[in-house]
Amino acid sequence: MVTTTERTERRAERAERARRIAAEVPDPELPMLTLLDLGVLRGTEVEPDGTVVARLTPTYSGCPAMAEIRAEVVTRLRAAGFPAVRVVTVLDPPWSTDRITDEGRRKLAEHGIAPPGPRQNPDSAPGRVWLTLSPAPAAVPCPRCTSADTEEISRFAATACMALRRCRSCLEPFEHVKDLS
Amino acid sequence: MSDEDLYVDHDNSRWAFGTGFTDPLHGVDQAVPDGVDAGDLAACCLALGDDALVSAQRLAEWCTRAPELEEELALANIGLDLLGQARLLYARTGRADGTGRGEDAYAYFRDPAGFRNVRLAELPGGDFAFTVARLLVLSTWRLALFEELTGAPDPVLAGIAAKSVKELAYHRHYAAGWTVRLGDGTEESRARLESALRDIAPWLDELLTDRTTARLGLTPAAVADRTLASLTEVFGRAGLEPAEVMPPGPASMPRVPGSGRNADHTEHLAPLLAELQSVARAHPDAAW
Repeated sequence: MVTTTERTERRAERAERARRIAAEVPDPELPMLTLLDLGVLRGTEVEPDGTVVARLTPTYSGCPAMAEIRAEVVTRLRAAGFPAVRVVTVLDPPWSTDRITDEGRRKLAEHGIAPPGPRQNPDSAPGRVWLTLSPAPAAVPCPRCTSADTEEISRFAATACMALRRCRSCLEPFEHVKDLS
Repeated sequence: MSDEDLYVDHDNSRWAFGTGFTDPLHGVDQAVPDGVDAGDLAACCLALGDDALVSAQRLAEWCTRAPELEEELALANIGLDLLGQARLLYARTGRADGTGRGEDAYAYFRDPAGFRNVRLAELPGGDFAFTVARLLVLSTWRLALFEELTGAPDPVLAGIAAKSVKELAYHRHYAAGWTVRLGDGTEESRARLESALRDIAPWLDELLTDRTTARLGLTPAAVADRTLASLTEVFGRAGLEPAEVMPPGPASMPRVPGSGRNADHTEHLAPLLAELQSVARAHPDAAW
């Protein structure tokens, strides 16, 4: 006879296996990052009827990759033997670049993309957004030559989450995952 | 057909005909909480969604026409953020108004009289200075409004607001930066900026007296105060005399009677929507 405790444990194990599978899904626009690196996966659960629930949070409201990410999570979980999969969108607390993991930051830099500034606690309550007209205070080092002497060319770039910068030392332009906290 | 039905038998490895995920609020608990009037909530979400959609369309008109590639990318990105906000707000509207309609029904299959956006959003693009000045005013106001809405009694709307606030801060920063550069630039750039702000001034009252969120128990006066304080700060940095470009208080403002919130629109909304809606109406069953 299977006790309730055993069933709960089995569900927890299945949820953990589902989490590992969903965590490995690459982001379609930053394919060097997984959903875990990017901080888009908020968790997985297994419901009593066996349905896997994957909780995802969008980066930007208009991010066109969200539908593909949802579809890929469903595809991979189904391929891994979870017949019933449900994706849940989590809006609050909203995503911020503080949710990009240290591993994610390392991979970005490795691929020539400057990661966002140092991580703050993403769960701390956001304060009111004050207007600042001065340049961004934190220096963004060049991902190629590590020089701190870089400048912002455009706060908006090829994707919603990027800014475009230029290194004054090696003169190379580079992308920067701009801070959103 | 719900998303659920679609993707169960959908081959997700091929996305040429859509991923099957069409609801931007997919999987969010969408029950309207007790104590919240569903009609008021729907009206609020619809109006704020319309502001975003119409603004996004005006910004998209700069594609291939902006003065520099960087500005084109910036304006398109800001438009994309607003389009994303509109999608979330329309999805919420469809649940709150009880019709269960999806975002496309609101964006593509309503006529101008059904839209509730503020008229400033629909005015024609004008020059770059006008686009900057309008973006400054609209993003400053929307940011103040959405900061209030993060405390909305509906958790879905509060969540949408919390998400949007971060994006709007970037939009305002962009517009404020360009306002300073134009105001502080050449005689020509300053003259164009001042002219744009004078053209915008009569439409400001409609924003500052908007009572849409008051129905959800929020305080529009706080939004108006913060909007004006923030604009005055930017004008100061741009070397503009606030009183010259925009009258100091709502009472003394020139204003165009009526409000887009009551379906009063300018003649400019219909052509904008005709372009926006033409493909969806020609192919109503198309998948995106």
